[in-house]
Amino acid sequence: MALGIRDKVAIVGMGCSRFGERWDCSPEDLMVEAFGEALRDAGIERDRIEAAWLGVFYQDQSVSRSGLPLSIGLKLPNVPVTRVENLCATGTEALRGAAYAVAAGAVDIALAFGVEKLKDTGFAGLPERTKGTFEDLWQPGFTPPGAFAQLGAAYAARHGHTMDDVKRAMAHVSWKSHENAAANPKAHLRNRITIDQVLSAPMVAYPLGLYDCCGVSDGAACAIVTTPEIAASLGKRDMVTIKALALAPSNGVEMGHASWDGAHTLTTRLAAGRAYLEAGITDPAAQIDLMEVHDCFSITELVVMEDLGFSAPGRAVHDVLDGRYDRGGAIPCQTDGGLKCFGHPVGASGLRMAYEIYNQLLGRAGERQLGAPALGLTHNLGGIPNRNVASVSVLGLHRG
Amino acid sequence: MTRSGLRSFGAYVPRLRLEREAIAAATGWASGLRGGKPNGRRSYCAWDEDSVTMAVEAARDCLVGHDRSTVSSLVFASTTHPFADRCNAGVVAEALDLNEAMHTSDAAGHQRAGVAALLEALRGVDAGNGPAVVVAAERRIARAGSEQESRFGHGAAAVLVTGGDDLAAELVGQASLRADFVDHYRGADGDYDYAYEERWVRDEGYLALVPRAIAAALERAGVATHEVAHCIVQGPQRFAQAVVKSAGLRAETVENDLHAACGDTGVAHPLLLLGGVLERAEPGALVLVAGFGQGCDVVVLRATGRRAAAGRGCSGALAGGVANREYVRFLANCGLVDVDWGMRAERDNRTAQSALWRHHRDVTAFVGGRCTRCGTVQYPRSRACVNPECRAFDTQVPERFADKVGRVKTYTEDWLAVTRSPPHVYGNVEFEGGGNAFIEFADTRPGELDVGTPVRFVFRVKDFDAVRGFHRYFWKAVPVRN
Repeated sequence: MALGIRDKVAIVGMGCSRFGERWDCSPEDLMVEAFGEALRDAGIERDRIEAAWLGVFYQDQSVSRSGLPLSIGLKLPNVPVTRVENLCATGTEALRGAAYAVAAGAVDIALAFGVEKLKDTGFAGLPERTKGTFEDLWQPGFTPPGAFAQLGAAYAARHGHTMDDVKRAMAHVSWKSHENAAANPKAHLRNRITIDQVLSAPMVAYPLGLYDCCGVSDGAACAIVTTPEIAASLGKRDMVTIKALALAPSNGVEMGHASWDGAHTLTTRLAAGRAYLEAGITDPAAQIDLMEVHDCFSITELVVMEDLGFSAPGRAVHDVLDGRYDRGGAIPCQTDGGLKCFGHPVGASGLRMAYEIYNQLLGRAGERQLGAPALGLTHNLGGIPNRNVASVSVLGLHRG
Repeated sequence: MTRSGLRSFGAYVPRLRLEREAIAAATGWASGLRGGKPNGRRSYCAWDEDSVTMAVEAARDCLVGHDRSTVSSLVFASTTHPFADRCNAGVVAEALDLNEAMHTSDAAGHQRAGVAALLEALRGVDAGNGPAVVVAAERRIARAGSEQESRFGHGAAAVLVTGGDDLAAELVGQASLRADFVDHYRGADGDYDYAYEERWVRDEGYLALVPRAIAAALERAGVATHEVAHCIVQGPQRFAQAVVKSAGLRAETVENDLHAACGDTGVAHPLLLLGGVLERAEPGALVLVAGFGQGCDVVVLRATGRRAAAGRGCSGALAGGVANREYVRFLANCGLVDVDWGMRAERDNRTAQSALWRHHRDVTAFVGGRCTRCGTVQYPRSRACVNPECRAFDTQVPERFADKVGRVKTYTEDWLAVTRSPPHVYGNVEFEGGGNAFIEFADTRPGELDVGTPVRFVFRVKDFDAVRGFHRYFWKAVPVRN
């Protein structure tokens, strides 16, 4: 049985644009901004790239369809560009494509790209869209906050917490991310906030208030991947390798079967199990040094602390309030501000997470730098809790 | 041969009831309190209700405890069918998951359409036809400040017409009279009624026409005027009283017109009143129903004392209301103010008719599947079983969800999502006996739900497609209320 791609692929360069309401930037501007940084970081010429994967979600509202926007925007040398989309796991899906191509030996150097230009859609939140000819006939006309808010009431009921306690933990999640983002010059929302501000904010979708929701941002992020051997030949000594890239989509159980309690994300558990196996991790809470999780809403981050195996069932409320996932805690989470404050340009988010882990592992995170982390995790949850795609990636540092 | 008659009755009146004082307070400056001192409440549709959805609920109520497979026809009477060219009765029959091998048709065009459809169904059963559902529903819209705005109500009633020995009321006589008497009219393209002078309507219309039809019906029935115990004359109470007096019937037999409780539900109203009478009529009591509208149809029935309503019935439908004074919400629900629903309302709600037809039983009848291998009940029905331990292909048989009850598994009140009654409430529900669905809630106010709240399901408008003049229906959860 195949063992996965652990340590078969190294990341030799990464770039990330500043996220935010980039009114003056086109998708092309954002792509060039991220790509230039990655090329300089990798120390290679553009034409060394042999294949690319472009992740974008709202294609019709921003860059248009296919792989062409990347090929044309970066004037790539007519190499294959594959456009991928897997809801909010899109950026990670692009990385998966590029990494698998390298691991398979099909190419030496590949590019994973994610971009999203949300602020041209005209919506304050994520834009409205249809869900398909059959689903539109019966599924609720939900919004992302409303769909994720479902976790709140179910989680409180499942574990016997009062909503006040859950709300306080959710507020801590958001407060912590704002604290972290204040030290991140590329983050969308860099203001510090108070717990009281979070708790007294207008309600968006019960129990989620305004500060329980992440930023809706423009942005781009990318990674250049190759084999560890080629990375070494490029002069890389300390390098970041991919330990695991796991993906788990729903197969209908959450929405249609009684076994799902509505209080957890089933696919996160499945993807985490696969990623830990691939990476050789037996005790994630002890082995993982930092993580970037899909905090599209504060309740999501709270719940996935349990789904990823960091908090015991029902205990995330206490662990969060105890500061276990703060910058100075046992397992820092969202050191860059997360989706909440770095922002959430959907197609770029998975790669933005990898960018923070990459920089932390290489000791380049500046004001945000943790001690000497060696193993980091990224997590995406695309879709909604009862119908989604989860990805869990593990990146590790190899000292040369 | 047994006579034809009514075997059961069902009703539906929307939960929303507007205090007439609120109408007067909002419009009195313009109307000068036309129609006198306001009293009572009028019923009105929620944003997601129309004549079809009300008809479905009334017919469901009527069919409680009855074998739906025996229904051989369904007629839907209304002057406010939501579709001018699409069989509205077909939507109702589909939502009820009735047989395919049956007759459906719409009856429309005049206020008498409900009583006329009842009369037709009684004749049909007399002629040997099988059980017939007659359902009438009305959602008339009136100008702000008009007499009709205050007088009208929205509602529906349904009867199951059969032969046999277990009728709640049997037909003893009937008569009809035609007259192109235009007391009011609404043009084919018109939004509102245009009504003529009341005294002329009373004297030349009601008093000149209705007593003649009543006399003919009683003569055919072999019934003397003093024998009639209950009189239902379609129209305002004062006209009904005048007609009864003129026809020589006892004054105390005039039924209360429910003005205070819900208002005049138009085509549905005589049937709604009939349902109320049958809840309390003594065995053997004679009931006269006179429909009025460009003529008159009179039906004389004899109550048997058997119960007509196994469900909520007329009294239950009237009792389910919640009074409010939200006049602007009322106008919005009637489509009379152009509310800004925000950019999210621009979403394209085009319906792929081919997909709707492919899934018509799943969507309109709310029929899911039950796996014959593992027993898992699931919605929607699909090719592979949803049970993670089974996942067998092509093992599912139809399982109707509409009449199940359930409980809330997760929910939210979403202030961002587009709805014509914010917040948009939706969540995951768990059905008793198995099955889960992600579904919208109807008639639910903020703070009303909790995890575990018991729910039942109602047929409602799901989305409007303003661009193409279409709207689609689906089922929604509502809290079970005592």
